[in-house]
Amino acid sequence: MSVQEYFSLVLTDYTLRTITLGTAILGIVCGMLGSFAVLRKQSLLGDAISHAALPGIVIAFLITGAKTSNTLLIGALISGLIGTFWISGIIKKTHLKSDTALGLILSLFFGFGMLLLTFVQKMPDAQQAGLDKYLFGQAATLVESDVWLMAVVMGVSLVVLIIFWKEFKVLHFDPDYSKSLGLNTYVLDVLMTTLIVMAIVIGLQTVGVVLMSAMLLAPAAAARQWTNNLGIMVFLASLFGALSGIFGTAISATSNNLPTGPVIVLIAAAIVVISFLFSPGRGILFREIRHWKNRNDLQLHKTLYFMFEIAKTHNDISHPHKIKILNNFQGYTRNSLKNLEDRAYITVDGPMWSLTQKGYDKAMNLYNQQDNTHD
Amino acid sequence: MTSAQIEIQLIACIVAVACAIPGTFLVLRKMAMISDAISHSILPGIVIGFFLTEDLNSPWLILLAAFSGILTVVLVEYIQKTGLVKEDTAIGLVFPSLFSIGVILIAKNAGDVHLDVDAVLLGELAFAPFDRVIIGSADMGPKSLWVIGIILLVTLALLLAFFKELKISTFDKQLAATLGFSPVIMHYGLMTVASVTTVGAFDAVGAILVVALMIAPPAMAYLLTNNLKKMLLMASVFGIIGAILGYWVAHWLDASIAGSITTVLGVLFFLIYMFSPNRGLISVLYRQKRQKVEVHLLTFLLHLQNHSEKSERHINHLNEHINWHKVRAQSVLDLALKNNMITIDDSIISLTDKGKTFTSEAINYIITNKSAAIEEMKDRFFLFRG
Repeated sequence: MSVQEYFSLVLTDYTLRTITLGTAILGIVCGMLGSFAVLRKQSLLGDAISHAALPGIVIAFLITGAKTSNTLLIGALISGLIGTFWISGIIKKTHLKSDTALGLILSLFFGFGMLLLTFVQKMPDAQQAGLDKYLFGQAATLVESDVWLMAVVMGVSLVVLIIFWKEFKVLHFDPDYSKSLGLNTYVLDVLMTTLIVMAIVIGLQTVGVVLMSAMLLAPAAAARQWTNNLGIMVFLASLFGALSGIFGTAISATSNNLPTGPVIVLIAAAIVVISFLFSPGRGILFREIRHWKNRNDLQLHKTLYFMFEIAKTHNDISHPHKIKILNNFQGYTRNSLKNLEDRAYITVDGPMWSLTQKGYDKAMNLYNQQDNTHD
Repeated sequence: MTSAQIEIQLIACIVAVACAIPGTFLVLRKMAMISDAISHSILPGIVIGFFLTEDLNSPWLILLAAFSGILTVVLVEYIQKTGLVKEDTAIGLVFPSLFSIGVILIAKNAGDVHLDVDAVLLGELAFAPFDRVIIGSADMGPKSLWVIGIILLVTLALLLAFFKELKISTFDKQLAATLGFSPVIMHYGLMTVASVTTVGAFDAVGAILVVALMIAPPAMAYLLTNNLKKMLLMASVFGIIGAILGYWVAHWLDASIAGSITTVLGVLFFLIYMFSPNRGLISVLYRQKRQKVEVHLLTFLLHLQNHSEKSERHINHLNEHINWHKVRAQSVLDLALKNNMITIDDSIISLTDKGKTFTSEAINYIITNKSAAIEEMKDRFFLFRG
């Protein structure tokens, strides 16, 4: 099956449609909430929570014996929230730093989950087959009810974001100001954290514990490069998330033995790389070009100013001088001379150069702060 | 105990110590999460190494995997230096990408690789004794014991050789740079040791336990001491306790050894987090409460000093004017009385001489912005603390 065939099948084939819809919605939710996670400098929280959710899943299974994802996800949500609040407790009340707290909760909860999981697997009537998928994620196991759940989470997050948009914006960019406005920052914080935990939990089944953090971060980190506006960033992140979901599913469905989760993550990572390189404002490529241009301009100005120093001692500013007297130290190169000529600051005649009136004026105002015009 | 049991515990203990040493420095340098990143991103290195050598314990595989660990660190730092995203975002982007590449490599070659992602992440200590080093016909013990033992020896040697340098570059980078040993070399040296340890240990105990052993014991030690040497020692001891207790819990529950070692570490951490004498949650909360009452006391004494008129010093006035609840007012009043700071005559409160000296000294410290000195003053004046 080729990618084109895949897209023609998406609308008709039930399984493909469910999976594609699921990963796309997941991408949207993650992009939306991931933007806030990145802004809150809680990028690695996603990693910690996705690991911390494991014991909850197994305990939910142990208590109810159910394999339906909804029950298990509630367990995951609860244990993810416990993990999150313990992390903030450790950071606030001890001198352990956030990285230590995250790593602790991540590994300790996950280890405990593993203990429970191996314990469950040894039970005689264990229908545990479904639990493994939460470790590495299996998009193929998505069914319609899972997609509905994701859609509900997306709807809830969207509504909460729209209602509290202004509050979240103030909270994340100026926490002190938001406190002085009388906003209940604690409640807003808990609300946002809960939403992020929810997004992580619904993603576990699709991309698994390890890759969930990238799912949350990558679209947001990519979107951040294109804009400084929070609204646009959230929108772009959702878009990037959805695109990685759809194309990841398409690519993995059309070739053998390609697990969906990792492909989605790699596509998201590719989007990040492209954004890092080519975004017009912050991208590395354009930044390098800007730097290069600035360096060239500086060299040019240096040469021009040197010429000006010579020319101003003469009555006729356009009195010709030998090119030989210029040297590399003044930033002179064959190119810079040509450049100066192109800009009509000088005229070159054989081995001689002479300053024009325009060049003279430019050089005179070069180090004058009043004149900031660029040409 | 059978010899296999002893061997498993020995391996677990050595892994614990080998992890605790680099872990301590990672925790102190606020880079704990990098161990998590390394533990995941060694996967592609392991997979490629496995394709080339077909042997999970080959030194080449370990080197290649350690190289991919270091690659993670380099990538994270490169991305961070571009200033486009923060360090934690960079970590969160790099390791899942590398891990994905590893998973895809495994999946694409599923037919001819006997390598499971589960095995890499979770490990199975119980199988470690089966893979033995045999020279001639002599049984030299389990392979992973040799691998991790050598790593521990090298780590210890490096620690002893560069202890001073590590210490200074951890706590004061500028000083380290001015003294002439490059913090960059120390940094990458530490990262290399962390990567090699992770790789050497993953086969026996799995990536997640490596992270737990690197972070949890040093974190516990950090809650108990400020001394680097003591911290290293305590972290190693906690790691060993976790390893041995964890083994027996797993034995008793018939569950994953790695999982139960982590769980034991978790319980230990919880206990220390709650009950550590100076930094535990309970003592922090107790101290904060005491601090609060003592600040109230100081406010109250200052109020008394500022007012000579009787109406302001009437006992009922406390409730109204300073706006305290009855209970709090009572406890502040009791504390002041117990410490002989005030006397009460006819419901009128006046400062004693001791109270006056205390208050004026305190206000002196406050206006000269030396509030920390008040703590020391409390030791001199207070018979009873709040």
